[in-house]
Amino acid sequence: MSPDLSLQTLDYSVLQQCMHCGMCLPTCPTFDATKRERNSPRGRIALMRAIADGKLDMTVEFADEMSYCLGCLACQSACPAGVNYSLLFETARSDIERRHLHTGTSRAFWRWLTLDVLFTSPRMLRIAGRLMRVYQRSGLEAFVRRLRLTRLLPAKLRRLEPQAPRMARAFSNQLIAPHEAPRGEARYKVALLTGCIQDLVFPDINRDTADVLLANACAVDTPATQPCCGSIHVHNGLLDRARAQARQLIDLIPPDRYDAIISNAGGCGSHLRQYGHLLESDPQYRDVARVWDAKLRDVHEWLIKIASRAPGAMPFDRAISLTYHDSCHLVHSQKVSAQPRALLRQLPGVTVRELTESTWCCGAAGVYAVTQPDQAEALLRRKVGHINATGAGLLATANPGCHLQIARGLRDAGIATTVVHPISLLASAYRREGLGKADPLDKLVQ
Amino acid sequence: MSVPIVDALISIVGSNAVLTRAEDVVPYSFDGTATLNERPSAVVFPQTTEQVVRCIQLAGAHNTPIVTRGSGTGLSGGSVPTPGCVVLCLTQMDAILAVDPRNLTLRAQPGVITQRIDDAAARHGLFYPPDPGSLRISTIGGNVAENSGGLRGLKYGVTRDYVMGLEVVLADGRITRLGNACVKDVAGYSLKDLFIGSEGTLGVITEVLLKLVPRPAARRTMLALYDRIEDAAETVSAIIAARIIPCTLEFLDRVTAGCVEDYARVGLPTDCAAVLLMETDGHPAAVAAEASQMKSIARAHGARDFRTARDDAEALQLAGARRNAFAALARRRPTTILEDVTVPRSELASMVTFIAETAAAHDLQIGTFGHMGDGNLHPTFLTDERNQDEMHRVHRALDAIVKMTLELGGTITGEHGVGLGKKPWLRQQMGDASFALMKQVKQTLDPNRLLNPGKIFD
Repeated sequence: MSPDLSLQTLDYSVLQQCMHCGMCLPTCPTFDATKRERNSPRGRIALMRAIADGKLDMTVEFADEMSYCLGCLACQSACPAGVNYSLLFETARSDIERRHLHTGTSRAFWRWLTLDVLFTSPRMLRIAGRLMRVYQRSGLEAFVRRLRLTRLLPAKLRRLEPQAPRMARAFSNQLIAPHEAPRGEARYKVALLTGCIQDLVFPDINRDTADVLLANACAVDTPATQPCCGSIHVHNGLLDRARAQARQLIDLIPPDRYDAIISNAGGCGSHLRQYGHLLESDPQYRDVARVWDAKLRDVHEWLIKIASRAPGAMPFDRAISLTYHDSCHLVHSQKVSAQPRALLRQLPGVTVRELTESTWCCGAAGVYAVTQPDQAEALLRRKVGHINATGAGLLATANPGCHLQIARGLRDAGIATTVVHPISLLASAYRREGLGKADPLDKLVQ
Repeated sequence: MSVPIVDALISIVGSNAVLTRAEDVVPYSFDGTATLNERPSAVVFPQTTEQVVRCIQLAGAHNTPIVTRGSGTGLSGGSVPTPGCVVLCLTQMDAILAVDPRNLTLRAQPGVITQRIDDAAARHGLFYPPDPGSLRISTIGGNVAENSGGLRGLKYGVTRDYVMGLEVVLADGRITRLGNACVKDVAGYSLKDLFIGSEGTLGVITEVLLKLVPRPAARRTMLALYDRIEDAAETVSAIIAARIIPCTLEFLDRVTAGCVEDYARVGLPTDCAAVLLMETDGHPAAVAAEASQMKSIARAHGARDFRTARDDAEALQLAGARRNAFAALARRRPTTILEDVTVPRSELASMVTFIAETAAAHDLQIGTFGHMGDGNLHPTFLTDERNQDEMHRVHRALDAIVKMTLELGGTITGEHGVGLGKKPWLRQQMGDASFALMKQVKQTLDPNRLLNPGKIFD
């Protein structure tokens, strides 16, 4: 990836790879919504190729189209020709950003706050998380809502305000020690990535991940303060910022010291295993980034690879049924879909029911719910309908964006299904082995 | 494009159904054929036959060509826009109007996706057999206009064999209804047959009446692997000589099998010279007998390995992987040029050998796959359109393959149509008198060259 990535300088064969057969069309959620070619993968690639050929200007229309694309990469799974849509998508977005096609002071402010401040400094992000936690838990939020002060917010924010995730009582560094050793002999040494949203909102999932790794003879290193992986920057066209994030993370967790570097968030993992590509024009980091990619493993993938031990106890004190939603970037980018299912099927007392369109995007897609609220809602309703049809008491999914989005959708629809990370179920089952003790998770299915 | 025609189109179909902005129309510049594209002036989405009539009359009045399009999956450039044209995209006319289990027919608008036709038939225990590779995307109107084939052509025939009636809008705006639900009908010329495979050059198909057949009760899918292509070809001949007509007899060479496996991961070996994908369907007893006979024939003709799909899921996976063969070949090189030559079945082995020799002689990479049971081959050039020298060799090799095809009594296109891609060789195949007759038909039905001009012939 050259530093000034653009459609015109991109290796042209990446664009040529698309021979417009159309096999992607039925798998694209935006084409499904409009039936217009420009809203389809091959249509978008045709626009990119026309721009690369100098036959089309890069316009606000094109920028809007690329903003309408979820980046779910379902097309990449469907593509027989092996088109690297992910690269094309990131190149186009980076091009669009450099040309400042999308403007507006409020957009600029929010981009600055999130991309340049919060998701650049893990400390700032945790401070913001703590402030948010105080606001949510002190009664101030309830007070503001009761007085309907949210009316003072701009329309877009007002709509999003109820969607703001609840901050956890403690973040990952308060739950996980920097070095933890398994009870018996350690067979593997791994590093655990705690993520950003996962850290603030679902630190328990990080704790559960550490516990499951420990239960499978892995010594777990979890640096207390970890920089954002840069995924959000790449998706918003800020490649230089993403490279800086990647270098920081590599410096913090030198890959040659570990058997694996573990991610438990589909979206982060997808980006994390492409550092080699991201840093290929950086002579100092190029080689170590390749090693990093080879070590980076989704937690489910790693557990299957090391033939993890099937838990001897049920995750709850009674049998349950659950269904599984594939996070787009876990299934379409990381190609991890059999492993979480296999782990769930190993759980005693758990019946796994397949979800219709389990690989179809739920509409979360990074900041899509903010930029394209209508399409995001439509996808969420569709997802919730399918989940409801399974009649399962739990929905397992392995990405914080999907987790929050689907949980909200289920809540809004008045459906009692609870969202949970597959690894939390495993952790619960391991903890109950021989203990007969109730796990905090039990409250979920009562 | 003059503004008056756009305004008039909007007054016919509404502003949401007319596209003119560059970002909207560029994605309608092509179909599934490599290297061909042309930006249309406008794309219009009619909802009714009446709107089609008015669009055609309007285009006639403005002397603006019309290119009819479905999902744009064609493989000969048939729906690639012509300069200055309006694309008439029929994807919004997508209703299944009736399934009639008493007459075994299905009536549908042209924009219905092919797969939906068979799904609707299946709900009544019926079957719509034609299954072009793109059946999950292609429209039935496009299938009829191109007379599409598919994997099941050997036993079940092609799209033409399932069209009982058509509603067609002519170039002057008249609506004609051709054919009917009768099994027998010899009243006058079979005009519907004129429009099947006419590639949008004679009229616009606005409704189809399709024949359905009982859904086969059993199906078995098998794979045979060979170290020599000739052995695979011999197996096919021997199966047919044994008076077995399987539903499918598909062939993939080493290059194709490798690409398909890269994509689909269905366990195709990548180290054998040829793979035969075979399928038999029908009464369970007949299927069992045929499958065991086919297995012994394959073994007797040197099959290195023979596998039977465990269940429907694996069978579907194998057939699905084969359907993606063409696109999967695009993994190897930037440009993928697909051919569609077809020879009488007895000449198949010599044709396959000739293609391999031609590739070597011109220093080109060719992946070959196809419907071995019906003699329809898809030699596919894996090349790069930016390399002029290589493209020159591709054209020379193509000429040689076409020449040999015609010498063997074959056709330049078995199921993709002439469109733009096969135009140079049509007269050679047809001979002067037939070629002139065809042009006369076009002249009679579309004297002003309004409908898809420049396709099939100039």
